[in-house]
Amino acid sequence: MTCEELKKIAAEKADLINVRRIVREQAEKLAPATGYRKQVLVCGGTGCTSSHSLKVIEQLEKSLKELNINDVLIVKTGCFGLCALGPIMIVYPEGAFYSQMTPEHAKTVAERHLVKGGEIVKELLYADTVHSDGSVIPFAEIPFYKHQMRIALRNCGVIAAESIEEAIAAGDYSALAKVLTEMSPDDVIAEIKNSGLRGRGGAGFPTGLKWQFTKEAAGEKKYVCCNADEGDPGAFMDRSVLEGDPHTVLEAMTIAGYTVGAQEGYIYVRAEYPIAVERLNIAIEQARELGLLGKNILNSGFDFDIHVRLGAGAFVCGEETALMASIEGRRGEPRPKPPFPAQSGIFKCPTVLNNVETWASVAPIILKGSAWFSSIGTEKSKGTKVFAVGGKIHNVGLVEVPMGTTLRTIVYDIGGGLPGGKRFKAAQTGGPSGGCIPATHIDVGMDFDNLTAIGSMMGSGGLIVMDEDTCMVDIAKFYLEFTADESCGKCTACRIGTKRLLDILKKITEGKGEPEDLDKITELAEHMKSSSLCALGQSAPNPILSTMKHFGDEYLKHIYAKKCPAGVCKSLLNYYIDPDKCRGCTLCKRNCPANAISGVVKSAHSIDTAKCIKCGQCIEHCKFNAIEKR
Amino acid sequence: MSQTIFEGTKEQMRALSDCIAAHRGQAGALMPVLHEAQNIYGYLPAEVQQTIAEGLNVPLAEVYGVATFYSQFSLSPKGKHQISVCLGTACYVKGSDKILEAVEKELRISCGDCTPDKKFSIESCRCVGACGLAPVMIIDGEVYGKLSPDDVAGILDKYIKD
Repeated sequence: MTCEELKKIAAEKADLINVRRIVREQAEKLAPATGYRKQVLVCGGTGCTSSHSLKVIEQLEKSLKELNINDVLIVKTGCFGLCALGPIMIVYPEGAFYSQMTPEHAKTVAERHLVKGGEIVKELLYADTVHSDGSVIPFAEIPFYKHQMRIALRNCGVIAAESIEEAIAAGDYSALAKVLTEMSPDDVIAEIKNSGLRGRGGAGFPTGLKWQFTKEAAGEKKYVCCNADEGDPGAFMDRSVLEGDPHTVLEAMTIAGYTVGAQEGYIYVRAEYPIAVERLNIAIEQARELGLLGKNILNSGFDFDIHVRLGAGAFVCGEETALMASIEGRRGEPRPKPPFPAQSGIFKCPTVLNNVETWASVAPIILKGSAWFSSIGTEKSKGTKVFAVGGKIHNVGLVEVPMGTTLRTIVYDIGGGLPGGKRFKAAQTGGPSGGCIPATHIDVGMDFDNLTAIGSMMGSGGLIVMDEDTCMVDIAKFYLEFTADESCGKCTACRIGTKRLLDILKKITEGKGEPEDLDKITELAEHMKSSSLCALGQSAPNPILSTMKHFGDEYLKHIYAKKCPAGVCKSLLNYYIDPDKCRGCTLCKRNCPANAISGVVKSAHSIDTAKCIKCGQCIEHCKFNAIEKR
Repeated sequence: MSQTIFEGTKEQMRALSDCIAAHRGQAGALMPVLHEAQNIYGYLPAEVQQTIAEGLNVPLAEVYGVATFYSQFSLSPKGKHQISVCLGTACYVKGSDKILEAVEKELRISCGDCTPDKKFSIESCRCVGACGLAPVMIIDGEVYGKLSPDDVAGILDKYIKD
């Protein structure tokens, strides 16, 4: 295909996409010209399909048929971001935001809203989009979306995830056309370097430099590689890009191929993401059919193709040298660097390796220019960052904000605060390699350098909010269990270090901690940082060090007072019955497997802590909230 | 390697040879072939590893090394219904450890094991990305979200009766 043909496809569906992007009044005027009176976008990402959005689509199709409606388009998209409210469905041109849809709701919307002359079904809308006076506000104006700026996620939840025509109409492949017709490889490198784009996978290395090193490296054959082995538990931004806009990744990899002189690319993706894998494979097939991958792309004489490789459940494969070993079909063990992938990567050839979110930021930089991109963010961290916000927060989901946005904005303005009126205790960023941000630092601007300065790290962008019920020693133990489990075992410092750190943490949470344990942790952590082969081992002590730094008192209370202030560590808790609340119903007594509860009917019961095995049965059965752990 | 007596059908054998033939000579073919072999057989018994080693001309030790390195490759058969409880961070802070405990209690086996009648096996996983539904468990690909330990027995009942 030629650039002109690409433009033609884009023009054909441009209005269809525009209806989803402009304000209601304009969209309503534009809609008739698209051939569709209304468009219904239903999220087909992992979050919403897990809560059965595909059944919602089925029901919609059935209802439209029954009602004889044929001028309404149903579009299965990627993630809208507000995963807590799934399944989500948006109806254009109104921009009506329906949440927590069921097939019954879908039937109702079809009958009352999608029919000719229908009205928005207000009671099924997401409550935040309905004013107290009954008027409906566009969802883009609700707090969750208002503070966001979507660059990497620009097409997620906007286009049909499995349609290359819609992707092209939304702008995909126009950056590739620009690069192949107007720019030299050096122009591309200059543009990426000037934009200040840094790797979104964790380390934050300047992307333009990486491309330059790979271009300058000697070698006939070179590779482009996409790291989609998103292993940080609780991070799912890469998955959402692959599910919602896979073509942007293919396009950016092709641009990099042209720039560094590579004809082949690999995408290494977690096997735990079946929908992402399927959409990637579909996208690659579509791109090959249209001649956007393969020989002589856009008539430029440039050849490039991409293969997908599946991971098999090894966290360490997110490390670049381990990832490349796995692509080569070997055990995913890291090796010492240098040589860096830019010199010797896949099959010992120079390789440029970036993470999904980084790839998703490339096309906008090419199209809008480096000056635009570098005007967003902070001095040393340019552009936007996607955070996967989860844990004890109302609006669990994906959030893309300019670098430097404060944690407070993310947690309270966008995230809607913590459920149950609980107090914000800390946010964990960077996953098992990162650390926690305590409430005292909630006004810190989130960028690479600020997070490192307060003892955490950006990592891939997982952000888990914790409230007063979370024990920080237990969380540190949780991460160490993870790294001890995932350590590949190649180097001693990591293999034994993670195990020993975990042993010490277990001891502390079981009430057997000794004062010198804290010194042992610090010393061991230093050795692991300096002698582990890869980032997994080097950063494994971070969750402990950062919780010790910010919540040292909790460690001391576990060790000296043998108490868990958050009431999590089972061995350190005793169960008590509040005599004022106890009605003497005997339910707890009858359900106690250890016969530790005594008392007679209609008088307050009590627990013999010596006999109590702390199983929690009594709490589960008490109807009066009379039993507490202290 | 595996203690279970291996029984493979002719169809499975044919599918495996087709897969090996399709990948023979390709660089880095071992992982995709192991993935497909596990799809065909449900696990990777010693006999299958041997066939792959010969077919791809790779030492058996290397096949075994790769098969045992990755947690998704299993050397022993799994239950008819595979239960996976997410212990990713978002699920963990919302109490997924208690969900796992409830499943273990209900089926009277530990995480990683299979019931004696081969009907259920339990494993833990690290994040399926459905964090909006935390805590979650997955049974045969079906995701159950926003769980409390009390929900577990009711959900398992469906599969027990099946």
